[in-house]
Amino acid sequence: MTRIAVFLKGISCGSMGPMSYAIETHDLVRIFGDNRAVDGVDLRVPSGGVYGVLGPNGAGKTTTIRMLATLLKPTSGTALVLGHDVVAEAGVVRSKVAMTGQFASLDEDLTGTENLVMLARLYGFSWGQARQRSAELLDAFDLTDAADRQVKKYSGGMRRRIDIAGSIVVRPDLMFLDEPTTGLDPRSRNQVWDIVRALVSAGTTVLLTTQYLDEADQLADRIAVIDRGRVIAEGTSGELKASVGSGALHVRVADAAQRDEAVRVLESTLGTEAVREGDPCAISMRVEDPVGVPAALARLRDHGVATTEFSLGQPSLDEVFLALTGEAVHEEVNA
Amino acid sequence: MTVDAGTRMDTKVAAALGSGARPAAATPLSSSLTFGWRALLKIKHVPEQLFDVTMFPIMFTLMFTYIFGGAIAGSPKEYLPYLAPGILVQTVVMITMYTAMTINNDIEKGVFDRIRSLPVWRPSLLVGSLLGDTLRYTMASSIIIVLTLVMGYRPAGGVVGVVSAIALLLVFCFSLSWIWTLLGFKLRTPNAVMGVSMMVLFPLTFLSNVFVAPETMPDVLESIVKVNPVTILVDAARSLMDGDPDGGAITTVLIMSAVLVAVFGPLTMRVFANRT
Ligand SMILES: Nc1ncnc2c1ncn2[C@@H]1O[C@H](COP(=O)(O)OP(=O)(O)OP(=O)(O)O)[C@@H](O)[C@H]1O
Ligand SMILES: [Mg+2]
Repeated sequence: MTRIAVFLKGISCGSMGPMSYAIETHDLVRIFGDNRAVDGVDLRVPSGGVYGVLGPNGAGKTTTIRMLATLLKPTSGTALVLGHDVVAEAGVVRSKVAMTGQFASLDEDLTGTENLVMLARLYGFSWGQARQRSAELLDAFDLTDAADRQVKKYSGGMRRRIDIAGSIVVRPDLMFLDEPTTGLDPRSRNQVWDIVRALVSAGTTVLLTTQYLDEADQLADRIAVIDRGRVIAEGTSGELKASVGSGALHVRVADAAQRDEAVRVLESTLGTEAVREGDPCAISMRVEDPVGVPAALARLRDHGVATTEFSLGQPSLDEVFLALTGEAVHEEVNA
Repeated sequence: MTVDAGTRMDTKVAAALGSGARPAAATPLSSSLTFGWRALLKIKHVPEQLFDVTMFPIMFTLMFTYIFGGAIAGSPKEYLPYLAPGILVQTVVMITMYTAMTINNDIEKGVFDRIRSLPVWRPSLLVGSLLGDTLRYTMASSIIIVLTLVMGYRPAGGVVGVVSAIALLLVFCFSLSWIWTLLGFKLRTPNAVMGVSMMVLFPLTFLSNVFVAPETMPDVLESIVKVNPVTILVDAARSLMDGDPDGGAITTVLIMSAVLVAVFGPLTMRVFANRT
């Protein structure tokens, strides 16, 4: 595997200039009626690698991707994809990117082979080449057995794969994947992850959206967190975690009756708000500076609070996300 | 085996990506033909769409000929020359709405987005679907003609009359299908398309001279039926199949077709190009 990937990298990376951005948007806005679905998005996606766009339902992920793939015109703002304006040079952009939408987008009445042959023809292959390319792709995506079955009879995982196969009939310089693993079982999800890694090692820049924090963590070199049409944080997964505080402290008291006492002690020592978890013995809290943590443990002991767990970990992306969007949620509750 | 499935897919996909060299862009002709091929495949895989639209006409032909033929024209056999061109027109005009259904379905299923993100000459999608439509119209026409021939219909216009009637019908239907294309883009669901097209097509094909002469109808109805474009189309088709071409009706049909294309063609293309 590694050898092939390295070999491919060698032949396919020549075209990219140094430090070029695959995508650069400035104040991108899309309004539907009075709904600001995308509300001033600035993105800088470096060439090569995977860029993750993370956000909850309705955050504006699909709308953003559709604008970048020239399927939707921005209400205002600009977007350069591979150096070309998505509105003025839509044709050029289209010839360099591929997109796999959130929902399968092949012709369900046609078979897998027919769909791929059709796409290959539309990309300019002759009938013979198109058939050959289709067979090659079906084999690569483990779909040879289903080649002559109508796509509507495919399982969810097979649909995802044929959909992605349809997007790489010719290798795109940039590939958009909109929630490629939503609704897939762990095995299919791993297959899609493998495909994404293969794309990257072949020199394609991948922009993927996801609602899954572990997916972004696993795959993406950089992540933009978007909520309500705005980018609320951007960086590597490490940077995002660091921006939320150096880590999360998880404490379990031996006796649930002592939890309130423990919360008081921890808050006064560490200066951040502690969260009472669903488990009546558990507390978690963000820690700005880990230096104070040993002192906190000592003070708990001084107050006679026995602990069964006291651990300091890196915050998970879940915690990052909650920390970033939590206030917004509170606002809505108070309003 | 020490290699797990995941790694194997990784390698194969990487290899497939490596051979994904880009050929020269497809020409408008070749992409149109490809879309035409797709339309044919859809007929092959979903033949029901043809049954739907031909079963009714077959039933109507049989019922009207044998139940009402005697009352309307003296005998079933004498009614056929009147009914056959009418049923032919009604059948094919009804099928035109499938153009809207197909486009709407493509939009709903995301196929349209996929196609729009390809670097192809975009109108080729419409040109391709015309090819599919041609096949559908021709097949439906053949079914009606063969059925009525079997029932004893002997068109006075002969092969030339029948073929030219079908050709005129196709010209009109292609022009009409621009309206359906526009509707397909504008309406939200295939069901809405179905509803709207039925609402338009039922009155259009029934308030006409397909089954009986307008002169036998109440005055108000007669005047409505006489200005119905379908009536004029049926007049033209009938005259051709009877071997006595009605130049006025034929010219009117051609003018109507030209107007439909002139109005709805550019409108549809604009919506097509600007679809947000
Ligand atoms: N074609 C449209 N017409 C009107 N409103 C739309 C349209 N497309 C999206 N929206 C609205 O824009 C907002 C953002 O939607 P979008 O699909 O981009 O979210 P998303 O982040 O992709 O969500 P999900 O995770 O559910 O896919 C939503 O409020 C949605 O209702
Ligand atoms: Mg979405």
